[in-house]
Amino acid sequence: MAIVEVKDLVKRYDGRAVVDGVSFSVEEGEIFAILGPNGAGKTTTVEIIEGLRAPDGGTVSVTGLDPQRDGGRLRQRLGAQLQASRLPAKLKVREALELYSSFYPDPADADHLLEQLGLSAQRNTVFEKLSGGQQQRLSIALALIGRPEVAVLDELTTGLDPQARRATWDLIERIRDTGVTILLVTHFMDEAERLSDRLAILDGGRVVALDTPGGLVARVDTEQRIRFKPSAPFDDRLLTTLPHVTALSHRDGQVLVRGNGDVLHEVTSALALNRIIAHDLRIEQATLDEAFVSLTGRPLDS
Amino acid sequence: MHAMLKTTEIEARLLTREPLMLFFSLAFPTILLTVLALVPALSEPAEDMGGVRFIDHFAPSVVVLTLALVALQGVPNVLAGYREQGVLRRLSVTPASPALILFAQLGLNFAMATISTMLVMAVGRLAFDIPLPHHMAGFALAFVVGIIALFGVGLIIAAVAPTTRAAGGMATVAYLLVIFFGGVMLPRFLLPDTITRLGAYAPPGVQALADAWTGSAPPQASHLLIMAGIAVLSAAVAARLFRWE
Repeated sequence: MAIVEVKDLVKRYDGRAVVDGVSFSVEEGEIFAILGPNGAGKTTTVEIIEGLRAPDGGTVSVTGLDPQRDGGRLRQRLGAQLQASRLPAKLKVREALELYSSFYPDPADADHLLEQLGLSAQRNTVFEKLSGGQQQRLSIALALIGRPEVAVLDELTTGLDPQARRATWDLIERIRDTGVTILLVTHFMDEAERLSDRLAILDGGRVVALDTPGGLVARVDTEQRIRFKPSAPFDDRLLTTLPHVTALSHRDGQVLVRGNGDVLHEVTSALALNRIIAHDLRIEQATLDEAFVSLTGRPLDS
Repeated sequence: MHAMLKTTEIEARLLTREPLMLFFSLAFPTILLTVLALVPALSEPAEDMGGVRFIDHFAPSVVVLTLALVALQGVPNVLAGYREQGVLRRLSVTPASPALILFAQLGLNFAMATISTMLVMAVGRLAFDIPLPHHMAGFALAFVVGIIALFGVGLIIAAVAPTTRAAGGMATVAYLLVIFFGGVMLPRFLLPDTITRLGAYAPPGVQALADAWTGSAPPQASHLLIMAGIAVLSAAVAARLFRWE
């Protein structure tokens, strides 16, 4: 059985369905991302999973528990890092962990957790003096201190610089490796692509697609673009006659081949047969961005 | 239980990191009394007060000031601030309830009010011969019932105010009303009769405190009962209205 099961979830605000029949399940030990633009209903969905909000329709089961009925027991097994949630300004890092530790029967070792999250040096720093990245990491620590089975992370890297984002991604993967199931909410394409084993794309309160990142990309029949500098000139027809090549152009000594399917294999084989080396070979593939546009009709950032 | 104690400990530590608030709650009432008592005219029996000294008459109002400071300036601001920052909401996804913070704040502020009042009494007695309350048990009862009623008012404000700023504003209005009726701005003997009569029922109930401290009889049962009723009612309303986010 999946560790999280959501079926036909509905939530209305002012008569409008913010979550409109969402269904998905999360397998134990995976990183599952919920991706979508702002207002898609992502946060509302996970708030219902966490038990913060009651659904208007549908069912939710987390580790076999109902978040509304069994909220108390569920909160011992689920850790959540909430979007835009702060701690008292003058609270020290280790005090926050001490406090949250006291809520659980068998908490993780706080010092070890701080070490894993790179916050050991900030043990006695007050919350308001932490950097954005450090505050996020503390929030993750608090979500994990209770040794949860499921961790819900909402908008983990918003407002972080690129280096902090990548460091956070590495961290999430290490956490998943310890056996925690991770439910990730994000509006960042690269984050979903990098981290998730599977993802659901939410748009307008509905699940528009549910697949692995690779699977979603493969569904979208977009072209691949191959650029290279040939070691020797060749007749264009060497490549343009290949079944999966759709176009070829030259610019400043660089060749651009457009195609789909197995075009890369065909091109490199044809070049090799004719003893032409492809220097500075660059391949651009369909990305999740393009898959999103294809599925919803508009870019994620709009 | 462990979580409640830990929460109280952490909130206490956070309190010590706001020295200004701590100073106001603990020391200011005593300082006010001292400053007034050092004025010769106020620490001598006054003819127009029926031979009573001003500072003896004023002491119960200092207690009102103490209670108003913690219940209407301390608690609502802290709780509304926590709510606005998402601190309470963050707790809602843990096994602990945000109510732990609320009870910790109430407990700590009750302790501060008690210490502050004891300080007022001690300094008053030792330095200025202000006698200790004649009816200690009645005073304690009036004190407890009065502070609970004020906490209730403060919590209702914290519950209904949409932002920290609004909470601060509303709380200050309530604070000024309470200390006015409590005879802090203008001494009670200068207030018109209607105000004094109304003031007996305004939290925390200065009349009951005054009767127990300097009066010849214990506080009137009706005053105490009505204040207890206000306490229960305001607590119930606050509990009903309070949102964690």
